[in-house]
Amino acid sequence: MSRLAAGGSIDRRQPLAFTFDGKSYQGFAGDTLASALIANDVRLVGRSFKYHRPRGILTAGAEEPNALVTLRSGARAEPNSKATTVELYDGLEAASQNRWPSLGFDMMAVNGLLSPIFVAGFYYKTFMWPRRFWERLYEPLIRRAAGLGALSGLPDPDSYDRDHAFCDLLVIGAGPAGLMAALTAGRAGARVLIVEEDFALGGRLLAERHEIDGQPAADWVAAVAAELASLPTVRVLKRTTLFGGYDSCTFGAVEKVADHLVTPAAGQPRQRLWKIAAKRTILATGAVERPISFGGNDRPGVMQASAVEAYVNRFATAPGKRIAIFALTASGLRLARALKAAGIEVPAIVTPDGTGDGSTIAGMVTATHGKTLRSIEVSGRRIEADILAMAGGWNPAIGIASHLGARPVWDDAIHAFVLKTPPAGMALAGAAAGHFSLGEAIDDGLREAQAALADLGMPATVGARPATSDDPAGVGTLWSVPGSKGKAFVDFQHDVTVDDIALAEREGFRSVEHLKRYTTLGMATDQGKAGQVNGQALLAAATATAMGEKGTVIARPPDRPVAIGAFAGAHTAAHFRPVRLTAGHAWAAENGASFVDTGQWKRAQWFTRPGESDWLESVTREARAVRTGVGICDVSTLGKIEVAGPDAATLLDRLYTNMMSTLPVGKARYGLMLREDGFVFDDGTAARLADDRYVISTTTANAARVMQHVDYCRHVLWPELDAQAVSVTEQWAQVAVAGPNARVLMQRLLPDMDLSNEAFPFMASAQCRWRDGPARLFRLSFSGELAYEIAVPADRGAALMRALTEAGRSFGVTPYGTEALGVLRIEKGHPAGNELNGQTTAHDLGMGRMLSARKDFIGRALAGRAALTDPMRPTLVGLKPVRPGERVRGGAHLLPLGAAARAEHDQGYVTSACFSPVVDGWIALGLLANGPSRIGERVRAVSPVRGTDVEVEVCSPIFFDPEGVRLRG
Amino acid sequence: MRIPCPYCGERDAHEFVYRGDAAPQRPDGAEANEAAFADYVYPRANVAGAMHEHWYHAQGCRTWIVVERDTRSHAIAGATLAREAKR
Amino acid sequence: MRYSIFSLVREALSGHRGWGPAWRDAQPKPAYDVVIVGGGGHGLATAHYLAKVFGITNVAVVEKGWIGGGNAGRNTTIIRSNYLLPGNIPFYELSMQLWEGLEQDLNYNAMVSQRGVLNLCHSDAQRDAYERRGNAMRLHGVDAELLDEEGVRRHAPFLNFDNARFPIKGGLLQRRGGTARHDAVNWGYARAASDRGVDIIQNCEVTGFLRGPDGAVIGVETTRGTIRAGKVALAVAGNSSRVAAMAGLRLPIESHVLQAFVSEGLKPIIPGVITFGAGHFYISQSDKGGLVFGGDIDGYNSYAQRGNLPVVEDVCEGGMALMPMIGRARLLRSWGGIMDMTMDGSPIIDHAPVPGLYLNAGWCYGGFKATPASGWCFAHLIARDAPHPAAAAYRLDRFASGRVIDEKGMGAQANLH
Repeated sequence: MSRLAAGGSIDRRQPLAFTFDGKSYQGFAGDTLASALIANDVRLVGRSFKYHRPRGILTAGAEEPNALVTLRSGARAEPNSKATTVELYDGLEAASQNRWPSLGFDMMAVNGLLSPIFVAGFYYKTFMWPRRFWERLYEPLIRRAAGLGALSGLPDPDSYDRDHAFCDLLVIGAGPAGLMAALTAGRAGARVLIVEEDFALGGRLLAERHEIDGQPAADWVAAVAAELASLPTVRVLKRTTLFGGYDSCTFGAVEKVADHLVTPAAGQPRQRLWKIAAKRTILATGAVERPISFGGNDRPGVMQASAVEAYVNRFATAPGKRIAIFALTASGLRLARALKAAGIEVPAIVTPDGTGDGSTIAGMVTATHGKTLRSIEVSGRRIEADILAMAGGWNPAIGIASHLGARPVWDDAIHAFVLKTPPAGMALAGAAAGHFSLGEAIDDGLREAQAALADLGMPATVGARPATSDDPAGVGTLWSVPGSKGKAFVDFQHDVTVDDIALAEREGFRSVEHLKRYTTLGMATDQGKAGQVNGQALLAAATATAMGEKGTVIARPPDRPVAIGAFAGAHTAAHFRPVRLTAGHAWAAENGASFVDTGQWKRAQWFTRPGESDWLESVTREARAVRTGVGICDVSTLGKIEVAGPDAATLLDRLYTNMMSTLPVGKARYGLMLREDGFVFDDGTAARLADDRYVISTTTANAARVMQHVDYCRHVLWPELDAQAVSVTEQWAQVAVAGPNARVLMQRLLPDMDLSNEAFPFMASAQCRWRDGPARLFRLSFSGELAYEIAVPADRGAALMRALTEAGRSFGVTPYGTEALGVLRIEKGHPAGNELNGQTTAHDLGMGRMLSARKDFIGRALAGRAALTDPMRPTLVGLKPVRPGERVRGGAHLLPLGAAARAEHDQGYVTSACFSPVVDGWIALGLLANGPSRIGERVRAVSPVRGTDVEVEVCSPIFFDPEGVRLRG
Repeated sequence: MRIPCPYCGERDAHEFVYRGDAAPQRPDGAEANEAAFADYVYPRANVAGAMHEHWYHAQGCRTWIVVERDTRSHAIAGATLAREAKR
Repeated sequence: MRYSIFSLVREALSGHRGWGPAWRDAQPKPAYDVVIVGGGGHGLATAHYLAKVFGITNVAVVEKGWIGGGNAGRNTTIIRSNYLLPGNIPFYELSMQLWEGLEQDLNYNAMVSQRGVLNLCHSDAQRDAYERRGNAMRLHGVDAELLDEEGVRRHAPFLNFDNARFPIKGGLLQRRGGTARHDAVNWGYARAASDRGVDIIQNCEVTGFLRGPDGAVIGVETTRGTIRAGKVALAVAGNSSRVAAMAGLRLPIESHVLQAFVSEGLKPIIPGVITFGAGHFYISQSDKGGLVFGGDIDGYNSYAQRGNLPVVEDVCEGGMALMPMIGRARLLRSWGGIMDMTMDGSPIIDHAPVPGLYLNAGWCYGGFKATPASGWCFAHLIARDAPHPAAAAYRLDRFASGRVIDEKGMGAQANLH
């Protein structure tokens, strides 16, 4: 055990048991998985991506490239989890990954032996011969070797939640700068949201030893946390990672609600996606320490100095017994003091120029030795050390501020990219602003919060600035160590070395983006946080370009990897989209309905009766019942829009191709709408309820788009028209009653109305009463039978279905679904969704005569173009198989008899097909080039994907009652 | 992105349906010819910069509005009701 | 130096010191026979085929940034030819055939991987539509298979068959579809073109057109000086309107942002490409193990190369609805490309209505798969001043005439295609 006897922020009274690769260990509450592994002397944790080199723990944060594990098991397995960010819990289960058969002995490490060949981009130069071997041999091998952890392949059993937050000030990061800012704004009464990805507040103050106001910094953090909790307008979200900045000062964050539990409690989400709208934002995300590129810098035992400091001070562990330090920054010397205070031997402090205290060695680490680190080489001298802490300088964590396009600039004073012009509404504070000392962080937090308050017109209460201990923050640079022995890594996870950067430069990949893409620098799960800037600096040096000129790659969300499940929230599986049910849904279900999805609606597709063996039997029975008796069908999903006002008629004249202003009150008319490009948009009916009031119907699919279109015409095109429009699709339940017995049935339902053909003829409409409530009655027919549609307020829809069933029981009223509806309309040649597919014109559908020449309407001018009325366009026809009993299907293409099944003979296709009871065979509608002039001709309906080829006769699309006698009866 | 709806206040853009450039004007009446309509329907200035555009608050007040927005930065300068913008 | 396992091993023995630049970093000359504006995949492919097929080598490709930095380097790398309409199928099939021989042609491994593209359907009507499309493909000699639910289960057993909001009814599978490594395509074309004498000039932004006395385009003004040209060819999708405006043209195009996403590296789990028919989601897995996925465009005009959170949520909802096993995979990177969205959803390869200027534009979100054929057909147009038969329908005047190629039937509303 390497747990220190005392100190740290762990709770020694709460021991937690966990396993790694099946072996049991113990840690404490307050540990991360990484700190607990260190406390248990586990040095080898992972394998790298390409060479499968053994790797240990490099960092103590989200920039960790090496210590990736698969957390949990079974359906909850979570590959590529960074041990450094996993909060330890009792029963935690972790396994190493990307190794076979074991972490200690990984056969794939043979890749390391081939590393002279496996350089950056080597795969672009080979595996090309023979051609067929790519999919069969090379690629499967590469795919198997690549990847990191594995998904379980099982559905994620946990749930995810979403929430919204609105605030005056969003503070990102709860280190000294963030805490100071939140406190200042919170005291002034501003609505403050402060988010922190760690499970503890304090940021660097958790890991470093400082004094604030003469007390240990931890006490200051505790006091601030307590005060923030007491302020009514402040909300603190721990375990919450802000991952993205978006337009209009909005942000995305993910809260790990239950990731520190074995499983979420019942009803508890695993994670919650926060969508935050902030008036002002302070980015106080700190800085990430850079590695140093020297030979063997990836050996387990080589760590970031800041990480060593965290493991010693925060987690009370000793990562090693002899910890050497290689430092380019003053923070390296602070680490030495911390180690000595913890009783850990420091065999050497190495700095390039010897700065530091008297014991410092001037020089560089050029090599490391040991399976895990045993010794380092400095200027040819071996120094025994089991840990080497690298203090390579700092990169301000400015990713989120860059998401909106602000370009980082190179600051030669601190050798780092900084953001001089953050996006509107955002300020940077502390190390994120490139201000690395504690005093500056406190100053920044205070100042930026006050500036934000002033911006928002909120008076700031003046609090004293806390006094802090001195914290020198000198930074040097050393992008690669000359004379290194062995591979010197820049991107640890993807095994990108200093030599790879040089190779890329030689091959002309000299923009930072080309470098990234060619070498994969920065594309690993640490998103380049550990080494990308080092690689860019090496490129700049190789091309003799200043860093500022070379620039860096553009940061994009997410700033941390985020579970896909968290983005999806609860909208998964059956809850992917809302379910819309008609008022008659329960009634239909009781009557044996099978339902079909039509957009978000569930519609009854057919009603199975006892003894029926398949859908076709049910559908045929239903269609026959409509032709011979009476059927009822729930058509509530059709869009319904009321249009009212003095100019309602004028508006409809412009919306429809045909005249609606001439429609008398009490009548309905079929109408066709075009898009402005002249193609068919939608069809439906318009009924005139009063001089200044219409109700129009749309197809189910286009209900929302037609409403939007009507509003566009009213608001944008012709605001001078005094016409209102409102969707009433949900407000009215509507039922079609069709068949020779329809009048008898309706008369029973509406005994007070005169429904005789004279009083209420075909295409009549009326507002009436049913059971002392409003109702609307239309004599419309989609089926070609004597038919009505009756609409009642939706809350009475179910009652209407029951009443119709009851009233029609004596003559066998039959509910029918969308399939029978389809059969009936195909028999009548009425176009529906398959024909109104957005690619057809009025001419194609045989409706050219509906384009009024007496007025302007949407689509008028462009519908007249020659290309839209070309007779050779596929045009609506009926199709009947020549051999009785043969089936023709939608999607088959139409070709001349005897012509080869090739594209040059393609003359159209089948749009809709069904079994027709009245024809007693399969029939179809189709679009056929020059169709109407080819009635009687025989063609082939060919479906190569089904292997069918059916000879069909071209006929009129109206298979039944072409004179329309029945519907007028 | 948040759209300042003149009726509803600032709302997330996902509540809205986007139509595009508000500049093209529909040719007038039954006299306008094919060419004029084709020019209205198809070509676009496709501005890189500040642009007036039509948005429809489908999940709110169901009003068409004209939003002034920069297509390079997505910064929004303001919004008016389409029927007022026309006047 | 020719790339092969032999040259690779030889170089490995000498520390890879012998590799030169993949393409020459050329300085602009005063004049060329052809100047191609835009160093994306299409521009580079055009240069390659101009040189190789049509023997025109005095060619410059001018690129405002680094080659492949636009949509050529920010897409989901899918290749397929599963189109519906006769104006499109021959073109995309030509592209597929060129993909199939690309690596040997370029001597560059672009990792063209034909692991299949499966489009799922969720209703009878959608199945009919796919049957119509599959049949159109087969009539054109393109491979297509209609799968029933059982067939989909065999192909992708991990999909949500049990409690889906929109149950999977079947799918249309093109086995020859798949993916290719986008950057490698750009670099491979650049290297091959450069080897044949084409000048690839990076960091050279076109700021205007040089016009002759008759108004013809006779060169370009750039940030690196004036370059005269016999012919100027635009291949700047995403920015076509901006560049064409310098020649006084208004195009039937809007620029829209399309986001795409990649997860952390994972062991192989998803074969080929799968698209969800009831939501906006498609996915494949790269050779490095990342799940590469995307969905719909954000829907508003944009030149910003970034989108917003609602579309991220929407895409991930589609993913979770279809394959709930990806819930614990983490989204690692996202990016946004600027699409030339045309008014019918299909591209334009045509003479511009200005002499001397050639137009390759309007690729919507389908430009990557088109890269080889686009280059070939554009080179044909430039070299012969006549359209290649496979791209003959991609005329600019089809909008005014009404001979649009509208696969989705959405009409003249760019963001709906």
